[in-house]
Amino acid sequence: MTDYYKLLLQDVRFKEGLTACMNCGVCTAICPAAEFYKYDPRQLCSIVQTRDNEKIEELLKSETIWYCGQCMSCKARCPRGNAPALVISVLRKLSQELGFFVESEKGRQQFALKRTVGDNILNMGYCVHVDTVHPKLHPEQGPVWKWYFENAEELADRMGGNYNKYGPGALRIIDEKNLDEVRKIFEVTGGKKLNNHIEEFSKEQAKSTNTSFENEGINNEYFFQTYIKNSENHQK
Amino acid sequence: MTKTKHYWNNYQKEIAEDNYFYERSCIRQSFFPGSETTFLKILREELGKTIIDDPNQHTCTGIGYHSDVVPFDTTMTICARLFSLMKDADLKNYVPSCVTSFGVFTEVIETWQNSPEELEKTRNFLRQATGREFDIPENIVHPSDIIYKYRKELKSKMKYQLVNHKTGEPLKAVEHIGCHYGKIFSKHAIGGAEFPQVLAGMIEEWGGEVIDYPERRHCCGFGFRQYLVMANRGYSVANTKKKFESMQAYKPDFILTNCPGCTMFMDRWQYTIAEMEGITYDDEHMGIPVLTYEELAGLLLGYNPWDLGLQLHQVQAESLLNKIGIEYDPKDKFVGKSGTFLGEPEKPKNLIVDYEK
Repeated sequence: MTDYYKLLLQDVRFKEGLTACMNCGVCTAICPAAEFYKYDPRQLCSIVQTRDNEKIEELLKSETIWYCGQCMSCKARCPRGNAPALVISVLRKLSQELGFFVESEKGRQQFALKRTVGDNILNMGYCVHVDTVHPKLHPEQGPVWKWYFENAEELADRMGGNYNKYGPGALRIIDEKNLDEVRKIFEVTGGKKLNNHIEEFSKEQAKSTNTSFENEGINNEYFFQTYIKNSENHQK
Repeated sequence: MTKTKHYWNNYQKEIAEDNYFYERSCIRQSFFPGSETTFLKILREELGKTIIDDPNQHTCTGIGYHSDVVPFDTTMTICARLFSLMKDADLKNYVPSCVTSFGVFTEVIETWQNSPEELEKTRNFLRQATGREFDIPENIVHPSDIIYKYRKELKSKMKYQLVNHKTGEPLKAVEHIGCHYGKIFSKHAIGGAEFPQVLAGMIEEWGGEVIDYPERRHCCGFGFRQYLVMANRGYSVANTKKKFESMQAYKPDFILTNCPGCTMFMDRWQYTIAEMEGITYDDEHMGIPVLTYEELAGLLLGYNPWDLGLQLHQVQAESLLNKIGIEYDPKDKFVGKSGTFLGEPEKPKNLIVDYEK
């Protein structure tokens, strides 16, 4: 069996995030995700610490590792200085590298995140930009956002912005010279490889479930399935 | 007699006095562009400081990193490129606009300090990808730290105070600190993770009263993937609702935040809860205005509320402006850069957005 624990140890954040957890449960007491989901970071640390690779594989395929909201409240409160949220990040990375993420409903959502935030970074140089927060995908943003979205240049520039123009300022165009360096960093450091893993495993998943899939953009059935679907029975 | 406790005095940090390199925030420049403009204006025009806004900058990848679509090696090297831009500008004091960015940079630098091999790896990645070199900043602070540092100087220039101009009573404020400001490394927060003073210090200096309430340190509920994916948004609104329910009894006049995500969520989820359940957390069904610290400073300095961008909030701020006694032109509210009237946003069913002065 693959030594998953050894793979986890290769990430510096795993060493930073987990040193002899004593299972006091303060992290779970303070965790916003534990209040909303059937989620227990204390138990998760306990499982990882057993170094039992069968149990770690179960975690990598589970819904559990996708419930954390990365607020890092656990790090502030842990009496041992541990950070279950960092352990989660490392588990999520490994789950995506090995293709296990498509085995859970919450894991499959990584495709929606890659096609939005991930692609925004490489296409525009921003994680989020006004133009990417479409009111139809964000009804919770309300009518003021819709008004701003439709009048972005007039409003952002009134407030000192430089909406979709070259030069300094809020919401400016980030030119190709700078974007090329960002893209090269993604190629050299493994960012592009991780993106490719998410794309390839998601494409296979879409094929196996007869769900239509496009090689780019968000106008496809698989995107909306991963972005919107909430089966309500993911918490077993 | 009860002895006053000042735990936060144990957590102080060095905040550079001048010559800053500014890094813009994806969320802040999208949702609150006026706040970034106002920060630069306050530093340059009110305080006479030098701060560089380099057009070659880009995202820190923070939202992608915490959504797990960007690996840590990539994030460290992207941060290194931003530091190399600061080196080009011959500056050493780094000021990331966003609390998520602030958390990312402090995490990256801490990692380099604890594991020098990670620093060396990042240097090699950056050289290989771009041919660039970088220096670790001598000082890294959040913009709210700088406004806190100069809160007394700013007070001397302010036209208004956080006082109800009719009753003379201090206005009551909820302060909400973005989790990644102090929860990752409490040593980087004025007052640490439990007793951050960065916003409370501004409120008290400028005449207001800070509300202490049970869920004061609870997350705003962003949760990265828990908001960014539509299917998960129940997590986000539920956590914010918990905060509203906890603060409601104290009747805050406004909420002040130092994180762009928190500002947006605490504003938008009031609208969502009002429309879904008919619930608001004030007596007038108008919601509790949520402001950034630059918007608050700008208002008290006498800047035009509509140039600050208060009309981009879903919970409208006129209730607060009227309490402070701030003069404003209602007709100017819906006018764009060209001077054109842009029409008014649609009105929600439950959340009241119309104000009589």
